[in-house]
Amino acid sequence: MLLAFLVFLSLVGLSWTGTFSTYTQLVIMFMGVNIIMSSSLNLINGYMGEFSCGHAGFMALGAYTSSLLTVWFFTKGSVFGPNLLPPEWSVWVFPFTLLAGGVVAALAGLMVAIPSFRTRGDYLAIITLAANYIVKSAIENIQTIGGARGFMGMSRVVNEMKNVLDIPWMMIWTWIFVFLTLGVIHRFVSSTYGKGIIAIREDEIAAEIMGVNTRRAKMAAFMLSSGMAGVAGGLIAHILGYINPGSFTIMKSTEALVMVYLGGMGSLSGSVLSAILFTLMLEVLRPLQVIKWVVVPLILFLLMMFRTEGLLGQREITDFFPRLKRIFKSREETHAAF
Amino acid sequence: MPLFEVRSLTHYFGGLKAVSDFNLHFQGGELVGLIGPNGAGKTTIFNLVCGVYRPSQGEVNMDGRSLVGFYPHQITASGIARTFQNIRLWPEMTVLDNLRVAHNYHLGYGILDVVFQTSRHRKAEAGIYKRALETLEIMGLRDHSRELVKNLPYGLQRKVEIARALMVKPKLLLLDEPSAGMNLGEKHALIELIRFIRKQFQLTIWLIEHEMRVVMTLCEYIHVLDFGATIAAGPPEEIQRNPKVIEAYLGKEVD
Repeated sequence: MLLAFLVFLSLVGLSWTGTFSTYTQLVIMFMGVNIIMSSSLNLINGYMGEFSCGHAGFMALGAYTSSLLTVWFFTKGSVFGPNLLPPEWSVWVFPFTLLAGGVVAALAGLMVAIPSFRTRGDYLAIITLAANYIVKSAIENIQTIGGARGFMGMSRVVNEMKNVLDIPWMMIWTWIFVFLTLGVIHRFVSSTYGKGIIAIREDEIAAEIMGVNTRRAKMAAFMLSSGMAGVAGGLIAHILGYINPGSFTIMKSTEALVMVYLGGMGSLSGSVLSAILFTLMLEVLRPLQVIKWVVVPLILFLLMMFRTEGLLGQREITDFFPRLKRIFKSREETHAAF
Repeated sequence: MPLFEVRSLTHYFGGLKAVSDFNLHFQGGELVGLIGPNGAGKTTIFNLVCGVYRPSQGEVNMDGRSLVGFYPHQITASGIARTFQNIRLWPEMTVLDNLRVAHNYHLGYGILDVVFQTSRHRKAEAGIYKRALETLEIMGLRDHSRELVKNLPYGLQRKVEIARALMVKPKLLLLDEPSAGMNLGEKHALIELIRFIRKQFQLTIWLIEHEMRVVMTLCEYIHVLDFGATIAAGPPEEIQRNPKVIEAYLGKEVD
């Protein structure tokens, strides 16, 4: 907790004082969004052992929902007409629009959760892929929200927030949601409820017979995961100020998959570590331009050949450095003290 | 009212009659065996009872309530737990977590309680921990609680599986070939263990077993199955002498 708070304060502080350039801030915010993406996908692909490759679809839903809401509420535009609420309110309404995006994405998560009752493995992977396409194509064909051209106006909302108080708002919200996401996932997978999801990965039939309501557990996992992806989408929409359906294709889903497998399936700290490394890697390799997309997959290739289980495997970072346990003292340890 | 009863249970796999007209009832407290040659339909009966398959015909009642058509986790919650012929633990989880998960049948909190760590969640989790550790203590597995199940030797895995089944507070425990793959010493220990848990938890036990020594020592009553049909039922001494049973197991003498 304390550590999270310190990280948060230093990131926001350094952005506010201008020690971080706008570019550095952007990279750090992407890092945060990527952490949410990878850790939420890890819930499905790592902890539950299903292969979901449509994460970007849920991200798109969250991005569009929260953007439409903020733009509708706070800006004058051709689509929605005059602003509905006074622009100063944006400061505290904004997080709720992010959550609304999360809720819409979570409901869409049912689109994948319900087929998952009967299908698994490759078949479910195809369904998630289809879900990704359904979302992308649907948005592309709704002309009022820009269709394939995309949607913008979010930067005006962010500017409104800055007019109220000039602090790095997006940095703040990104990292608040990063720590919320990590907290929720950690709590979930350490609870008996969440352990049921790991049991589904290990042996689904045994889980069902030993009393786990596998349908409910799958619904919870899919909704939680896609809801978090939706929040990540809302964040990225407001960081960039522009979204289009083309940025939420299977390519984006693949990036999320890469981060999960890079970090290790079923390892939360692995997902965080890999999201940070992956974001940095993309930035460091930026001078290579298009060749970047040859080098990055190549690194993955090598990783899969020589360290199949990812950086941390199924373990957490505290298993490698037991001293860290003092900092990340988990609820689980406190229960075990009984 | 009997604790548990199976009435004219019949099941088809396509055109194959896997189980035909199986009947049984428990008043509570019995230890009954189910034997028969390979492929006789023993495990299928267990799967029908647990809700893995829905029976083609017949009734399964627990405490006077029908179990047919319910999901396996609901049937478990009604007080039936089982083990599997080929151990089906969750190998990448610790022994303690394996036991904890089995408590999902009665969680007592929802997902929002997890997210906000409400006192309801904390209390329930503390209770689950306590019960899991107690069960491990009784089963003599306390020292292994933090180990991953896959790292345990076979005999201990069997024990963990029984411990996990006990976590659901069963009234009826189904054991599917508990002695499979055990040596003589381990089999003796198993017989003692089954007697012990039966007394300790006041269980009704229904047991599939190939090893005659185990069945004949333990069971008070035995059903013999061959090609899905019950060919004999009675106390062990009778079963041992029954010509039909001998024929099913050893084949008929050539005239």
